[in-house]
Amino acid sequence: MSNPTHTPMRTPLGRVRGLGSAHSGTEHFFLQRVTGLANLLLMIAFIVIVIRLAGASYAETRAVLSQPLVAVIILLTLLSVTAHMRLGMQVVIEDYVHTEGVKVALIIANTFFTIAIALAGAFAVLKISLGG
Amino acid sequence: MADSPSRVERPLSPHLQIYRPLFTMVMSIVHRITGIGLYFGMVLFVWWLLAAASTPSAFATYSSLAGSFIGLLVLFGFTWAMLHHAFGGVRHFIWDFIHGFGPQERMLLTQVSLAGSVALTVVLWIIALAVKG
Repeated sequence: MSNPTHTPMRTPLGRVRGLGSAHSGTEHFFLQRVTGLANLLLMIAFIVIVIRLAGASYAETRAVLSQPLVAVIILLTLLSVTAHMRLGMQVVIEDYVHTEGVKVALIIANTFFTIAIALAGAFAVLKISLGG
Repeated sequence: MADSPSRVERPLSPHLQIYRPLFTMVMSIVHRITGIGLYFGMVLFVWWLLAAASTPSAFATYSSLAGSFIGLLVLFGFTWAMLHHAFGGVRHFIWDFIHGFGPQERMLLTQVSLAGSVALTVVLWIIALAVKG
């Protein structure tokens, strides 16, 4: 920028909007904090539900899990936790895996795994609640 | 750039193998390890939900495994990992707001998060076992 012989084609505002070669800013960091906060609140309700169902029978577990409040809390927990998991594991991969191809493959696998966990859990809760 | 053949040997800043292990540093590493453990541990939670959504025999299989000695040990470990990661998260949250960086403060925060996670794990399991009867 201080080099007078090199004038960038893009305006400073355009460069800021594009956020340079990283293409993103603090979203990752911020979403990790937001989902962490959500996890903290949801964990309290989650612990109550799990303790309530410690050693419970099949019928009793299904009866509790099909209650709307319980089902919604578990769905929210799955959403927030898997989003948090995905971001956290991405950082771990980026910190330790430096071979570009392997890194990209692992980050894709991370996305697949966390989405599979979220949808499998959500499907189970919805089936218990709605599917009979 | 990382694959560049003519890489210049530059002095390295201190890193894990050079630092003497410090309590806050070890707890930071444990935060990451518990996070990785919880990541894979979530399979157990979803397995429980899927078993409850499937047949009584699938649920019985899950219950007998979860209720076995190894199953209970894994669930106890999961509980502690979850609470340690939660306490560690709160500690990092406080640090994010630029509080608690003093020598005593950061030590106290870290000690509280370790002691709190262990104590709360034991308390929750006493309650859970009492509920289970």
